[in-house]
Amino acid sequence: MTDPLQRPPKKDPQKRTVLPTPPPGARSRKAIAFSTAAAEGRLALQNCAECNHVIYPAREVCPKCWSMDLQWKDIPDGGELIAETTLLTSVNTYFRERMPWRIGTVRLDAGPMVLAHIHGDVGEYERVRMIARTDKSGQGVLMALPEKETANMADDKQLRTLTCDPKHRRVLVTDGRTQLGQCTVNALAKAGASKIFVGIAREWRPYDGSAELAAVSGVELMPLDITDTISVNELAAEIGGKTDILINTAEHVRPGSAMQRHGILTARDEMETNYFGLMRLIQAFGPGMRGRGADGDNSACAWVNLLSVYALSNWSVFGTTTASQAAAYSLSQCLRGEFAGSGIKVVNVLFGPLEDSWRQPLPPPKVTPKRLADAIVHALRQGIENVTLGPVAEDIVRRFRDDPFVLERELMQAPEGQAV
Amino acid sequence: MKGEKCNTLAALATAMSSGEVETVDLTHTLDSDFPVIVLPPEFGQCAPFRAEVVSRYDERGPGWYWQNISMCEHTGTHFDAPIHWISGKDLPNASVDAIPATAFVRPVCVIDCSKECAENEDFLLTPEFIQAWEKQHGQIPAGNWVLLRSDWSLRSGAAYLNMREDGAHSPGPSADAVKFLVEERDILGFGTETVGTDAGQAAHFSPPYPAHHLFHGAGKYGLQCLRNLDQLPPTGAILVCPPLKIRNGSGSPLRVLALVERSAA
Repeated sequence: MTDPLQRPPKKDPQKRTVLPTPPPGARSRKAIAFSTAAAEGRLALQNCAECNHVIYPAREVCPKCWSMDLQWKDIPDGGELIAETTLLTSVNTYFRERMPWRIGTVRLDAGPMVLAHIHGDVGEYERVRMIARTDKSGQGVLMALPEKETANMADDKQLRTLTCDPKHRRVLVTDGRTQLGQCTVNALAKAGASKIFVGIAREWRPYDGSAELAAVSGVELMPLDITDTISVNELAAEIGGKTDILINTAEHVRPGSAMQRHGILTARDEMETNYFGLMRLIQAFGPGMRGRGADGDNSACAWVNLLSVYALSNWSVFGTTTASQAAAYSLSQCLRGEFAGSGIKVVNVLFGPLEDSWRQPLPPPKVTPKRLADAIVHALRQGIENVTLGPVAEDIVRRFRDDPFVLERELMQAPEGQAV
Repeated sequence: MKGEKCNTLAALATAMSSGEVETVDLTHTLDSDFPVIVLPPEFGQCAPFRAEVVSRYDERGPGWYWQNISMCEHTGTHFDAPIHWISGKDLPNASVDAIPATAFVRPVCVIDCSKECAENEDFLLTPEFIQAWEKQHGQIPAGNWVLLRSDWSLRSGAAYLNMREDGAHSPGPSADAVKFLVEERDILGFGTETVGTDAGQAAHFSPPYPAHHLFHGAGKYGLQCLRNLDQLPPTGAILVCPPLKIRNGSGSPLRVLALVERSAA
């Protein structure tokens, strides 16, 4: 078992904040595909199409048969720890600061021997469950976990560097007026977040669930309207230095394509929330979080964007909303670049149509707010950066991977009957 | 004649500098969180006030501070022109840029309904109430502004719009009162402390939104989100309320002032 993580003490105001120092981040161009799978929580290695050899680390050609036809495929996650050691010193700043550090060699059931971080609860020569996750440099690494869940397993020091566990962390949920925001708050409270700041725009308008929201343990309601720069800056001035996780639940969704719209005001409202709202949050909260990526057990660790899957390819039924989502998606990629090396993960959840009033006439399958909220917390606990949620989103992402131009053409030809 | 006019203004200037005539500000601060009117979500919405800094003695402009601002014509303390409503759309000189400037400096009557509004948030101003007020203060002269004092401006947050599941609850004039002020008194315009000239439940009146429909249909003006009406006398003050000169503008945020003789207050 792992010693349960204690609630971090209050920060010593006389000590300088420890700055983030990333672990080694250099990878070959081929190996980026490993990190990409790891960002989705998948363990994928190259498979030789000629001789079926599973290859690690990533290579240009198969070391067995010299074939160049190597395909990335998910592999079984089982393995056996065959050698392990605990490092007490390192020339790398990141590891020096975190000694002692356990590493070992694992023989994967899929074949290769790999070097991996080893969870504290794994015994010598035991069977292990391998995970691939992105580390603080943003690159994929392997970690061997106990085959079966152990007590307080998520609190392992090394594992916690790969995850963004809300336990003992302070979270900002940007919009608590919606069912989605309220489900997210409930899921975070269950996950042990020590404080949940909940943004409430236009406090002068009543909203459903306000009493229940205020009663959730650890919740502090804060005035926040992400369409208002002053409001965003004022809140950041107050809590920017203790926001460990930011979850942007605010969205402005309206059905309609460009020609169905009369004037640009609705589209501007969409951009104000979905794009400029994100931009305001980034400018106000980004620098503070980036500076706190290594600030102890409750360091800043994650920024969560919730995006319609149609951000990948426009669906004219919600044509202008999805255009603003595409802008937000692009900005989230910019944010990833800006957070690189800080240890903060940008978690993008691409979801299919949500079960809410603006998407009410759409046919099922839809994603309930609770399911989306649970998926957010799951991604944080697992340290996953890219989430695709719901059958519609899964289908769109699959087709996007196959050929984005074919997907574009398919969406263009969506049956009229689906139009709202 | 010329000399006389100069004497009038000179006397006013003297009275203003001596404090005998005071200037009362009836305006709320343009603040991004000040409530705006809320329509059903499928309708277009009134944009709240927003400010974005262009530069603030920084790399964007080292020696100066300025902001780009945006809002609806009907945000904050604002003026309604007759073309704001469909009933006034074809009237001449009915947009803010075309209204004769004389309308912006006129005498004002203030009907104090604050006690009634404190007891009944859906209080409606009726012709009978107006006539009772006139018994005390004299008949409302033609061409005057009429303001409904509700002390609603003292409310803040959710209590201001007072929105519930069946809509907003706030005071305003009844349809009969509006007809009376238009047909019997020929007033210049009507002003309130609430977010609109109409009562919160006015969508259910006949006609719906009588203050908007009937006042604007008759070429009358509106003022909303006023404050400090408790500092005005029932009669005798002068209202100064020039809206921005927006081409074809249906209204405008503005600074509303009242000139008040202290002895009269």
